[in-house]
Amino acid sequence: MTAEAAARLDRVSHRYGDTVALDDVSLSLPAGRMVGIIGPDGVGKSTLLALVAGVRRIQQGRVLALDGDMAEARHRGAACARIAYMPQGLGRNLYPTLSVLENIDFHGRLFGQGSAERRARITALLSATGLGAFEDRPAGKLSGGMKQKLSLCCALIHDPDLLILDEPTTGVDPLSRGQFWDLIGSIRARRPGMGVLVATAYMDEASRFEWLVAMDGGTVIASGTPAELLAKTGKPDLEAAFIALLPAEKQSQHQPVVLRPRPPEHGTAPAIEAEHLTRRFGSFTAVDDVSFRIGRGEIFGFLGSNGCGKSTVMKMLTGLLPASAGTARLFGRPVGGTDMETRRNVGYMSQAFSLYNELTVLQNLELHAQLYHLPPQDIPVRIAELLDRYELRPVSHAHPESLPLGIKQRLQLAVAVLHRPAMLILDEPTSGVDPIARDAFWRTLIDLSRNEGVTIFLSTHFMNEAERCDRISLMHAGKVLAVGTPAELVRARGSASLEDCFIDYLAEAAGIDRQAPAETTTNPPPARIAPHRRGFDPRRLWAYARRETMELLRDPIRIAFSLIGPVMLMLAFGYGISFDVENLRFAAFDQDNSPESRHLIDAFTSSRYFSAQPLIHSQGELDQRFRSGSVQIAVEIPPRFGADLQARRVPDVAIWLDGAMPFRAETTRGYVTGLATQYLDQLSRDGRETRSAGASVNVETRFRYNQAFKSVNAMVPGIIMLLLVLIPAVMSAVAVVREKETGSIANFRSTPVTKLEFLVGKQLPYIGIAMISFVLLALISRFIFDVSVKGSLLALVLGTLLYAAATTGFGQLISTFTRTQVAAVFATALLSVIPAVNFSGLLVPVSSLSGGARLIGLGLPPAWYQPVTTGTLAKGLSFLELGPNMLVLTGFALLFLILSQILLRKQEA
Amino acid sequence: MTQIAGAASAVTPLFRSRFSTHAGNVVRLVIKELRSIRADPVMLFLVIYAFSLAIYMVSSNVPMEARDLTVGVVDEDRSDLSRQIASALRPPLFKQVVSLAPAEVDAAMNSGRIVFVLDFPPQLQMDLLSGRPAAVQLEVDATAMTQAGNGAVYIQSIIAQEVAKFAAGRDLPISAPMQVVMRAKFNPNLESSWFTSVTQVINNITLLTVILTGAALIREREQGTVEHLLVMPLLPIEIMLAKVAANGLVILVAAGLSLVLVVEWWLGVPIAGSLALFLVGTGLYALAVAALGILLGTIASSMGQFGLLAIPVLLLMQLLSGSSTPMESMPVWLQYVVQIVSPTPHFVAFAQGVLYRGADLTIVWPPLLALAALGSVYFTVALARFRNVIFGD
Repeated sequence: MTAEAAARLDRVSHRYGDTVALDDVSLSLPAGRMVGIIGPDGVGKSTLLALVAGVRRIQQGRVLALDGDMAEARHRGAACARIAYMPQGLGRNLYPTLSVLENIDFHGRLFGQGSAERRARITALLSATGLGAFEDRPAGKLSGGMKQKLSLCCALIHDPDLLILDEPTTGVDPLSRGQFWDLIGSIRARRPGMGVLVATAYMDEASRFEWLVAMDGGTVIASGTPAELLAKTGKPDLEAAFIALLPAEKQSQHQPVVLRPRPPEHGTAPAIEAEHLTRRFGSFTAVDDVSFRIGRGEIFGFLGSNGCGKSTVMKMLTGLLPASAGTARLFGRPVGGTDMETRRNVGYMSQAFSLYNELTVLQNLELHAQLYHLPPQDIPVRIAELLDRYELRPVSHAHPESLPLGIKQRLQLAVAVLHRPAMLILDEPTSGVDPIARDAFWRTLIDLSRNEGVTIFLSTHFMNEAERCDRISLMHAGKVLAVGTPAELVRARGSASLEDCFIDYLAEAAGIDRQAPAETTTNPPPARIAPHRRGFDPRRLWAYARRETMELLRDPIRIAFSLIGPVMLMLAFGYGISFDVENLRFAAFDQDNSPESRHLIDAFTSSRYFSAQPLIHSQGELDQRFRSGSVQIAVEIPPRFGADLQARRVPDVAIWLDGAMPFRAETTRGYVTGLATQYLDQLSRDGRETRSAGASVNVETRFRYNQAFKSVNAMVPGIIMLLLVLIPAVMSAVAVVREKETGSIANFRSTPVTKLEFLVGKQLPYIGIAMISFVLLALISRFIFDVSVKGSLLALVLGTLLYAAATTGFGQLISTFTRTQVAAVFATALLSVIPAVNFSGLLVPVSSLSGGARLIGLGLPPAWYQPVTTGTLAKGLSFLELGPNMLVLTGFALLFLILSQILLRKQEA
Repeated sequence: MTQIAGAASAVTPLFRSRFSTHAGNVVRLVIKELRSIRADPVMLFLVIYAFSLAIYMVSSNVPMEARDLTVGVVDEDRSDLSRQIASALRPPLFKQVVSLAPAEVDAAMNSGRIVFVLDFPPQLQMDLLSGRPAAVQLEVDATAMTQAGNGAVYIQSIIAQEVAKFAAGRDLPISAPMQVVMRAKFNPNLESSWFTSVTQVINNITLLTVILTGAALIREREQGTVEHLLVMPLLPIEIMLAKVAANGLVILVAAGLSLVLVVEWWLGVPIAGSLALFLVGTGLYALAVAALGILLGTIASSMGQFGLLAIPVLLLMQLLSGSSTPMESMPVWLQYVVQIVSPTPHFVAFAQGVLYRGADLTIVWPPLLALAALGSVYFTVALARFRNVIFGD
């Protein structure tokens, strides 16, 4: 590697729809250094990192990383074995149900490491990060800081030359943050050649980096060492320097935040009074015996890492969550789930944006005004006031999703203060907002507190915001560590800054001796094996298959869907879809009442298909009883029927059917035809009919394959066909799309795993699941529906295996063009069920289809599998007779795999 | 006296203002829900498509009645009679008849190419003419359940007809001591589209009400807006009632339009009963299944899980409702279970009564009563879950 640049960008632009993420950026990042990219959310930091890591497709310009062009697939393939990429978000490249050990192990397998190598590396990484004690804990149950350490372990498993970290410490407490950077430092000390590229929104931690790139609005506004940036702007800290670097028109919007003293309190009840508040979720105590009092008009800050219980405390104060123990009082009144008066006194702003994206800014404000019951005549005035005060008028008809984060936060605040509450509860209101917008936000908060006496209770990660609070509370692992004014706390601890003070408290709570040297004496990881470039590596395929299986086994909803779903549906189909027409409600309208007419009625009532109902006495009753459904077939015998019959006057007998269900009526008609013939035969045999039997041909009907002519015998093979396309296809489609949704798809994009290994690896577990369901279905059909294998068992099993490969492949094919799980579920269900039910021989034999319907049927696997199930379960066919179907099913399995392989993108658009 | 009257008049406005507060909240939330639905093009498309084009396509393209039956003929007689019968098996009921040698029969039926094989034995015509018992064999592939039974009856009656014609031509005696006339009520020509189209409307009501309501709740949970609603001076019941009412309303309007525009007008299927009565019942039913949607929405935590949960539940409800195949065909114990657990069979019974048979309130009140009872149970359970999940977790 040449020493000058780890990566170079040349006139790179990138856009998402109409939004420009990177605008003609040219940049050279020095090699072997700790490079920080700084700037608020949405300025293009993540896009830049993703392009360098090779996980995003380059739209315009050239990106060179590790001495190669990242637009070339061959270089990317080689480079990704040397680059480690940690995506944004807490533990986005982790699998929450997998343990710490299993997560790292999976990443090791992705790089084709043998078990001895993996073990040695994992041991070294776990001891370096102090995660060794938690190796069996599922990643989803780790704290934010631990998640990020684990993510880092996963990224470092292959000793990368370039480590790319996208906001690794966002939402992590200062102690863990410090530990994280110490860890990076010790790794760099051991491998000085390794370059680190970090994006961050925390200006204070950026001052530790060796080289900084400041970004705004998709462009680079400055780069250089932190000292150079400070010198260039003449500012004391990076945050001020960053603001100074912004273009002039943005800077002009900035006004410094001026703190004003709080007017003295009146002697009333405190705004918030929490006493021994505790909240448990199962065995986990999220909030443990928390007490504090907040005076009216005070700005009270809550500091702590993600998951330390801040949000839970806030939810208990708003009444969103009941407390497990302890009490909370707002303005002297206990917080209760149904106390509407307290709610009117509180404005709440949750951590994530939580207003309606489908309503415009104005509609959101109106809705809240109405729901808080502002007098109708005051609403327009109040909204106009807020639109001006929070500078929302230009966007009043826009939908929030199209607005930048800073404006969204202003809107949330406007909504929260709309009903003039005496208290605001704000959960991380400025997270991800740029410094200028943040300062503007704070000026409003100070106005609210000082001018209107609003009590403000807020949580934050930013130390400079904490310093602006009247008092703060430090929280960790559900407990409050300290409460006081920022100055008091710093003084009490003898710390240099609030951050140091907080870290000190955290370290004490966690029992860590901060003076101990960072652990550098761990076993050096084994020598790096030359990166193997293999087109196909069964170990990587196995890594995906193994991990998918573990995840699946730990997800109750998916496992229930894939195993219990088919069983329930098979029973429902078997019992519910029946073409046997029996127990038809029959009644006679006998206007003759002769022996002959009663004889005719007997012919009906003695049939097993009909269940006799009371006689009908009038035409009106006949209509009425049909209408109510209490009669489905009626025979109307005319007056003088017997006499006419005797006199050979050929009487008319009318038979009425309920035509509401045509299929049932058709079948009934068949029964009646048969009955009539029998009755006439009997007539002649009894000698009532004196004429000799006429010329007739007897039709001897033989029902093949299903002598009892029971619907269930014919339906079971079709149901197996239907269920083994629906469930496996949906499952395998969801498996891929899930990774897109949770973000773990990044592991596929940033590691050497190939598309084929990824697809087949993720497909295998679902073929296995499909085979298990098949066994269950076969057992149900044998023991509950009494349908057993009459033909070649081998043909059935092999055919099912091929079919499962084809249907799971079909699901994967759909997953390549669906982005959300819900779309994948419904699209796959519709695309598999409609042809399977209508065009594959389930209801109508394929031989009776023509044109498009036939082509659709034969163009998908179910129509080729149905003959396999029917053939082996009903017709007793041999393996050879089903040979062609096996070949076609194999073809489908391969075809879907190839198509998915072509359509799946290794890089994000 | 005056005091009491004064107290009463003081209570009434208070009560009225409470009630109007709650009702006002629900109305505002309903408007919000409707706006949300309007802003979701995928859902809107799904509703419109399911109630229009999908009904049209399924009703006009996938006939349940036997059609295009495949018949093979083994003609060992090669007489006028056998040829006359074979040529009477004509489209659209039958596909072009295939002539088979006796040895080809098994292969043709095993592969599923041919469903019916008619075997005319040697001497068939001779036997008939000489008055000896004459018989033909009809082999039926009984795995083709929708065709086998009815197809066999059609073939038998065509044979009987042709034999009668043949006999008439040769002046043989004909037997007919009485004339049997069969008439179908409500659907004289037994057209399957009359049945399918209405069934589709009924099924769509279940399907879309559950999906729409469940998705509305999950969307709020995923976006966190439900928290926002809960900190406002609103009761959980108001929030849930608004969701149920708004989504039920959308379905009610869509179903009504679909019946009038698609079923009656586009497909030309007559609706026997009162549309107003049907819509009343549908409204009641929509409340019950919307509550089910809420229930599922509280069990699943993401849209993906909701989909996995909803598909089997909806399929079960639909299959066991008696909407596609008659309730009487199910085992009796299952009929009881389904009718106790699910509102769908009651709605199906109600809807079929009104729409197919023109039943009025004096006839369909029992299923309506059952709907109301089950609906309140569903609503109560869903509300309890809704409170529990949103507050307790």
